[in-house]
Amino acid sequence: MTIDEIENEITEEFAFFGDDWESKYEHLIDLGKNLPLIEEKNKTADKIIKGCQSTVWLNAELINGKIVYTADSDAIITKGMVALMVRVLSDQKPDDIVKAKLAFVNKIGLTEHLSPTRANGLVSMINQMKLEALKALKGFK
Amino acid sequence: MSRLATEQFEQARNTIAGHFGVENPQQVIFTAGTTDAINIVALGLSKNHFKKGDEIILAAYEHHSNILPWQLWASENEGKLKVIPLLENQVLDYNAITALVSERTKLIAVTQVSNTLGLVTDLVQIKNIAKKHGIPVLVDGAQSAPHLPVNLDELEVDFYACSAHKIYGPTGIGMLYLSEKWLNDLPVARPGGGTIKTVSFEKTEYAAGALRFEPGTPDISGAIGFAEAIRFIGEIGMDTIFTHEHELVQYAQKELKKIPEVQIYGESENKAGVISFNVKAQHPFDVGTLLDKYGIAVRTGHHCTQPLMEMLGINGTVRISFAIYNTREEIDYFIEKLKKVITMLS
Repeated sequence: MTIDEIENEITEEFAFFGDDWESKYEHLIDLGKNLPLIEEKNKTADKIIKGCQSTVWLNAELINGKIVYTADSDAIITKGMVALMVRVLSDQKPDDIVKAKLAFVNKIGLTEHLSPTRANGLVSMINQMKLEALKALKGFK
Repeated sequence: MSRLATEQFEQARNTIAGHFGVENPQQVIFTAGTTDAINIVALGLSKNHFKKGDEIILAAYEHHSNILPWQLWASENEGKLKVIPLLENQVLDYNAITALVSERTKLIAVTQVSNTLGLVTDLVQIKNIAKKHGIPVLVDGAQSAPHLPVNLDELEVDFYACSAHKIYGPTGIGMLYLSEKWLNDLPVARPGGGTIKTVSFEKTEYAAGALRFEPGTPDISGAIGFAEAIRFIGEIGMDTIFTHEHELVQYAQKELKKIPEVQIYGESENKAGVISFNVKAQHPFDVGTLLDKYGIAVRTGHHCTQPLMEMLGINGTVRISFAIYNTREEIDYFIEKLKKVITMLS
């Protein structure tokens, strides 16, 4: 699926909850719990994206011209958001990742997690995901 | 206009001094806040009081603002910070203080109320030890000024710092109280500001003393706002505020204890303003995010007390704060929603 298609799928998934934030967050928590685990060997200090409060680990590998991300967080709601980002951006071409607008976050009403003042490290994680894609594009290791 | 401003600025000083039981208003110096006040003392003491290799005693639950200025001096002068440890219930181990004192101890700098745990420091015990060894005492009053009646002339400490924004006043303004001795003896670390000569304070010796520590054009509106906030809490009465908040803290603590998943830090009868807790196996940030969705404002994280967090072996806590406008009903709502949050997260 393309990034757009996945974003639409997520938007539809969340539309089901309407204005019921409790169900929406319960879903987000479930997504966090089901995020495929990052391999322990990849949970090294250089893979840490430190928010003020919650920590995110991000690993990126270029496989057959596509970037595969694995990630984790010590906070479950952050992990839910991480799961969404991985679902949208992982296994995509670097060029598409760099161009992705990630408008779905606003559509599903979770923009508050992406404000730069939030302490969860998510904005830094998205930047890092795009940076990894950019590095792949430019042929950097 | 300028005469009125000057009058009100000095009236603000009088109001604040009066509130804190300071007979001579000149012992109250306007600063940018608690942090600024502590830095003024640290810079001043570094000029004639601290000598290379000296030691400063701090409490284990100090806010970073009452660590960094001393640490900076120590790092540049082979100095040493000695830390009063905590007992198992996070109360300070007062019996351990004497062993920390040496002939090199030049200051004891402690917070009166822990901003993370709410625990109230027994200043009498600390003062007695300090007096015996002739060591000056600095009190970080950022959290005691809003929650406890504080009479500085009676407290007899050398320095006391607090911020207006903690007592419903404006940000960026606070005060430093200097004992009479230090008003004369503390060297000026930040010179400047000829403008304040327009204030006719020649008549008292202390007047010149206080102004020495207020270089540049002062934050006049801030000082007036600070005094207005003091008047506001003064009208309600610090005893009333303390009693009301104490009841809320004890009630919330009692209700929190009924929830098996909750762990309280610094559980005590003798605390003011805040309760810190965690939900077992849950990240404080998650608990805080969901409470926020229910319209409950808590703070999560290390609360600028990272050394304390390390000692407790945690990365943060959820901290609930109490003020004069809070009610028991709000605590009931909080407890009900906290239970919901625990269910959602588990």
